[in-house]
This record gives sequence, C-alpha cells and structure tokens, in this order.
Amino acid sequence: MKRLIILLLSTISIGHTCLAQETEQDSLSEITNKNALFNRPFVLQSQWGKSSTAIGGYIEGNTNYSSTDGVSDGFSMELRRFNIFLYASVGDYIKFISELEFEHGTEEIALETALLDFELDPALIIRAGILLPPIGYFNQNHDGPKWEFIDRPLVSTTILPATLSEMGIGIHGDFNLSGELFSNVQVLTYELYVVNGLQDGIINNSSGRTSIPLGKASSRFEEDNNGSPSLTGRLGIKFKTLGEFGGSFYAGRYNRFQEDGLDLDEKRSLYLWAFDYNLNIKKLRILGEWAWASINVPQSLGPAFGDQQWGAHTDLIYPIRKGDLWRWKETTLNANVRMEFVDYNQGDFVETGANRFDQIWAIVPGISLRFGTNTALKVNFRYQWEKDLLGNPTIKSTGYQFGFASYF
Amino acid sequence: MRSKILQYLFVWLAIAACEEFLLEPPVENELLDGPIAGLSTSQQQVFLAGDIAFNDEIFGPESGLGPIFVSTSCGGCHAGDGKGHPSTVLTRFGRQDGTGFDHLINLGGPQLQHRAIAGYIPEEIPSEATAITELIAPAVTGLGLLSAVSDQQLLNLVASQQTAGIVSGSLNYVKPPEFFKPQSFHIPNVDGDFIGRFGKKSGAIDLLHQTVNAYKQDMGVTTEFDQEDPINVQVSSLNTDPIADPELPAATVQNVVFYLQTLKAPIPRNPDDPLVQSGKLLFENIGCANCHLPTMVSGLHPIEPLSEKVFHPYTDLLLHDMGPQLDDGYVESQELSSEWRTPPLWGIGLSANSQGGAIHLMHDGRAKSLEEAIVLHGGEAATSSTLYQELTTQEQQSVLTFLRSL
Repeated sequence: MKRLIILLLSTISIGHTCLAQETEQDSLSEITNKNALFNRPFVLQSQWGKSSTAIGGYIEGNTNYSSTDGVSDGFSMELRRFNIFLYASVGDYIKFISELEFEHGTEEIALETALLDFELDPALIIRAGILLPPIGYFNQNHDGPKWEFIDRPLVSTTILPATLSEMGIGIHGDFNLSGELFSNVQVLTYELYVVNGLQDGIINNSSGRTSIPLGKASSRFEEDNNGSPSLTGRLGIKFKTLGEFGGSFYAGRYNRFQEDGLDLDEKRSLYLWAFDYNLNIKKLRILGEWAWASINVPQSLGPAFGDQQWGAHTDLIYPIRKGDLWRWKETTLNANVRMEFVDYNQGDFVETGANRFDQIWAIVPGISLRFGTNTALKVNFRYQWEKDLLGNPTIKSTGYQFGFASYF
Repeated sequence: MRSKILQYLFVWLAIAACEEFLLEPPVENELLDGPIAGLSTSQQQVFLAGDIAFNDEIFGPESGLGPIFVSTSCGGCHAGDGKGHPSTVLTRFGRQDGTGFDHLINLGGPQLQHRAIAGYIPEEIPSEATAITELIAPAVTGLGLLSAVSDQQLLNLVASQQTAGIVSGSLNYVKPPEFFKPQSFHIPNVDGDFIGRFGKKSGAIDLLHQTVNAYKQDMGVTTEFDQEDPINVQVSSLNTDPIADPELPAATVQNVVFYLQTLKAPIPRNPDDPLVQSGKLLFENIGCANCHLPTMVSGLHPIEPLSEKVFHPYTDLLLHDMGPQLDDGYVESQELSSEWRTPPLWGIGLSANSQGGAIHLMHDGRAKSLEEAIVLHGGEAATSSTLYQELTTQEQQSVLTFLRSL
C-alpha cells in the first residue's frame, strides 16, 4: 500500500512537471528541487522540438598479422576505438562539442574533448575546455575514417603525442583572404591556447627513454603539476588549388620543480615544433607532418634519454578506380603508400663517439575502398626497420592489416 | 559476372600471398637468445616470464629505479643477452689498506651508481677510494651450464694445472649472502666460504647471488633477497628511496635466474670450415686452451637439460694472474687484484651484435679488436700472447677466424 502511494505521488509529480514544461513558462520559482533532474535546457528544448543537440561518433577496428625477425604471434583482431561525439549549438554563436573515447572496448575510456566556442567574429573565437592542442595536423584530425591507413603515424603519436587533450583556454579564427592581396590564398587560420601542459612522465617513466606521450598524466585536466602553463598554437594557410600548409608549436615547463615552497628540481622545458601539409596535386593527395622535439632532460639519466627527437611521415593517396562496386554507389578505390621515420635520440655517445640510434623507419603500401567520405575499408602491408639505441642489427618487422572505419 | 569472379579471385590471391611476404627468422647460430633444448612446456613458461622480466621490464622511479643507478633494465646492459656497451660500464671502487681490501660500503661502495632519477644527484667516487675499476657487462648465454659445473671439477682443474705447471688457476672463495642455499655440488672451505664463479673476478657464487646484486647495484632495485637500496652519502647514509621495499618480488628474481640458467649456449658458426679447424688447432698449440678450456662437463642438476652435459665454453672458470698491465688494484674477495676469471669465449664472434656494431673486449672494453685483446694478455697468458704474435699473418687470421666462429 505504501509503495502504491509513493508511485502515485511520483507519477503526479512528473506529470505536473511535464505539463509545466510544455507551457514554456518554467522558472526556478515554479520547479521544485526534486525535479531539478529534468529541469535542464536540453530536456526542455527536446520537448519543445527545438533541440540543437546532435550525437554522432565513429568506430574503427582491424586485424593484425605480423612478424618481427621472423617470429609471429599469429593472427588477432582489435576494436581500436568506439568514440561518441556530442554537439550542441547552445546559443547564438556559442557551440559545444565533446568526444568520449572507448579504446579497445573498455580498456581505456577517456574524455578526449569537451569544449565551448564563443564566436565574437569568425576571426576571433574564444575556446575553453578540454581541447586538442593544434600541434601538427594529426592531433586535431585523427578520426580513423578520415585516414587511409590503419595505424596512426609514428611521428604523430610518439613524438607529437596524439591524441593529446588538454584543459585550456585560448582563441582561434579564420581570415578569408580570397580576392584580396593574395589571389591564390583561400584562408588563413590561427589558433593559440594556454593549456596545463605535459608532465613529469616524459622522463619519469618505465620506457627507458624520453617519451613525450608518457607526459600525459591523467590529472592534467584537474591541475597543472607545476603551476606553469604551456602555450600551443598553429598558423595555417590554405591555397585555393594546392591545399593547406601549417606550422605549429607547443612549449612549456613539464616537470614538478617546486612544491610546498621546496625546490625539487630544475625547471625543465619541452619545445615541440611541427610542419604539416595536406595537398592535392591533380588526383594525387599528399599529406603528412614533420616534428621536432627539444626536451630539457637531466644529464644524470644517461644517454638512453635523448634530449632531441624528430620524425616525419608522408602519405601519398591516389584514386585508381571510381564508380559503383557490387551494391555500393560512388565508391573510390585508392592506392596508398606511407613513408615514415622517427629518431627518438639524436646525438652521439660520449663514450664511443658513435651515433645514438633508437630509430624506426617504415613503409606502408596499402589500398582503401571508400564508400563516400565517411566509411572506409583498408588493407595495409607494413615493412618496418628498427634500430636500438646502440645500433645493433636491425630488427625487421612485416605485417598485414585489414581494417574498417566509419562515422555514424 | 566474369568481372566479379575476377575480383573475388584477386582478393583471395592477395590473402594467400600474405605468408610469402613475412620475414624468415634469422639463423639460430646468429642469435644469442633462446632457450636451451629440452625444456618442458612448464619450464618454457618460466623461461618466458624470466625473458620478459630480463629484456622487457624497464624500471622507472615509480617501479623502484634508483634513485641512483647505472641502467634502467637488465637488457640495458646485456642487449640481446650479449656483451655490454661502454655507455653502461660498471665502475667499482674500494680501498686497499693494511687490513685488506675495504669495499667502502658505508661510503656507497662497492659500485658507483653514476646516474640518478630526475631531481636526485648521482653518486660520486669518494675521495677515500684508492682502487677504481671499470667493467663491461658480460654476455649471459650458457650461464646455466657453467653454474652446473661441480665445485669438485673446479678443484680438480686447479690441481691438474698445478701439476702441469703451465698456468696456475685459482679459486676465489666468497662469503655467501644470507639467502644463498648450497647445492649438493657446492663445497665450502673451512671458513664456510664458497667458490665464486660469476663476475669478472668470480665475486658471485651462483646466479641468484649475481642477479640480486645486479638488481641492487646496477638498477637500484631492492628484492626480497636484499631489501637495502644503494646509498648516496652525498644525500644521506640512509635509504632515501621513497618506494617501499622490496621493489621486486622473489618470484620475478627467480624467474630471471631460471631464464639465465636455461638460455642456450652460443652455437658455433662454420665449425667444419678448414680455416676454422686450422685456427682451432693453432689456438690449442699456442696454449690459449690451457685457460680457455674448450670442453667442460656439468654435474647432476635438477634441470635435466643442464644435467651431466658436455659443452664447449672455452673457459676453465678459474682465476689467472694477467700481469701488471691488467692489474686494476681492485679486489672482490680473496683474489689478487691482477687475477681475472677466464671469460668464456663462446659467443665472442657475435659480440658486435650487442655492442653497437663495434667490439669492446677485455674486462673494461679497452680492446677494440680480437687481435688487440690477444696482445693485451699478460701474466700467465703472456707466453701464449707472444706465440700468437710470432705466428704468420695467415696463421693469425686462422686463429681470428676460429674465434669469430665461436
């Protein structure tokens, strides 16, 4: 009996709330505290048929079959990512977007983006929240369905630490230059943000080398480890026919050098520079990025921890067949090749004068079948050469991958 | 229809061709790593666990590295299970005084940890030290067979060398650590010390002793067997590592010991080549084989593939006086500072594969070629060294070819 009364009261209460919402006359004074759960703009907008919220995402997965120096662990499959986007136009010239990432199922769940854009003018937009620093081309442009290759470029993930999300605030904007001084230039873009910055994991790690990606501490959305924010920015220029070039940087102190008024270490800085391009020359698409890193590393860590790193990749994509294929209309079959190189430790050994290697080269030919622009099937063959720090005999790896990626 | 069939055919042909493009594994005798033949599946599982701990586990500050150290992993000093590189040279120090050799334990001895985690200072050699030595890490292959040689066999070798009177190998008796458990083939001396057989001067009795020391002295990692971090007296005479001890469980250490025990012995290349054969004969004729004993036999051992096996390490596991040029003034236990344990020569031909394409031989890596290493031999090996230098160029090349085949 008691349960029945509670159920009736609840039903009346919700019914009353909905009625109130339908009148579009809600105000705090008319809503009880108990109903605050539903007193949210997206609920109200939805009920009024004026919702501006959109949901989307992408999925990508692949098979792996590779061998290193002739030893293979056999065939396996992985679901790399299942990411959900949430977008809302929350007001006049105010936009919200977020991305929630599920990597390898639920092995790693991360909030990759959650930001607000306040557009004062197309040339001046204030951005705040968890954002993707614009270092290089890939970090902001990393969705699997956009790429013709299954693996992400080494330079983009191991020197530029994509995907890098940071809590930050800053400005960005576009200058439309067409028809003005430079007839061939379509648009000039800029971005400049202050972010919490990468942290001590760059050198305090269990990888035995300087690793910029390991500087992504989980606490970086909560606080800066050293109270000294980092600065990141990118300048891009897009030509009408050729495509886009970009130059970008990321700079700041990464280590915890002071706490409770105590000096714990020297102030150590990280500088990243990148140059990227996304070009179209007739049917051939060329995209890639080059990156350089300079890291203040304690000498006491020894030569395995390099203070200079660099790397590059270039993807060549050429459509070899366009048209209907089986039941699908307007498909494109691309022939692709990626060339990439990373050097994690530039310099020589003091003890012998020999080069410190710690390098990887790879060439990845492949084909991709695109169903429009949002969905792709990919086949890659990877041939990789790896030299350890000392320059011992090259470790050779080969592998095949079949992958799929699609927005939804 | 025909076009569709061709498309399907193309896809299946592409899949079928995949295998063809995968690389072939390197020839077995070009690699130092890999298990000894005859391990059971259970033993291979332990071997794999040890392999991962030895080659893949890299320590960082949060997993117990340092705060002072030399290398961040076992593999950092023994790349591919081979010899070390000058960048990870081990420096040991001590002081010779009227009462004997003092390893200056209270001042951070016996080993220098010249690297440190961020925000911490590396150790420096104290001014009290009068003896300083530098050591290149040795290859770790075939150690199980060497560990399975009985003490009695070593005692017999000492006696036979004394009788022959050409070389005079000796044994280093070492005070055992608390965790040492003697096997049936271990024979203590009257003081309760045991024969050392690992390390450049035979300072470690068995592979557990050697491994526990390496975790502590090379990586600054404490284990259940030794829970004290190396100290840096410039900071404090106390343990200043914030990570709770032990930093590594006994199981991991024992897996690594099992891995070292069961790593295969290096496999010679082209042993039947006439040049290798003639080089081997010359090697024996000029007396190198007196210390670099070609053949040994292991005793009874609980791991069957190590038990009562004939093997060819090219060492007698004994200490020999190598003369004043190689006298570093440093003493591990009871040996003379000019005495060095005969290093096994098996695998020497693959040294460059772990030393960055060059070779760094002798205890401190000072010899940059096999020939230079031979010439540097003094003391008990001086006669052999001279005889080598008196060989014709062609004969010398035969000897070098033989050594490269090991």
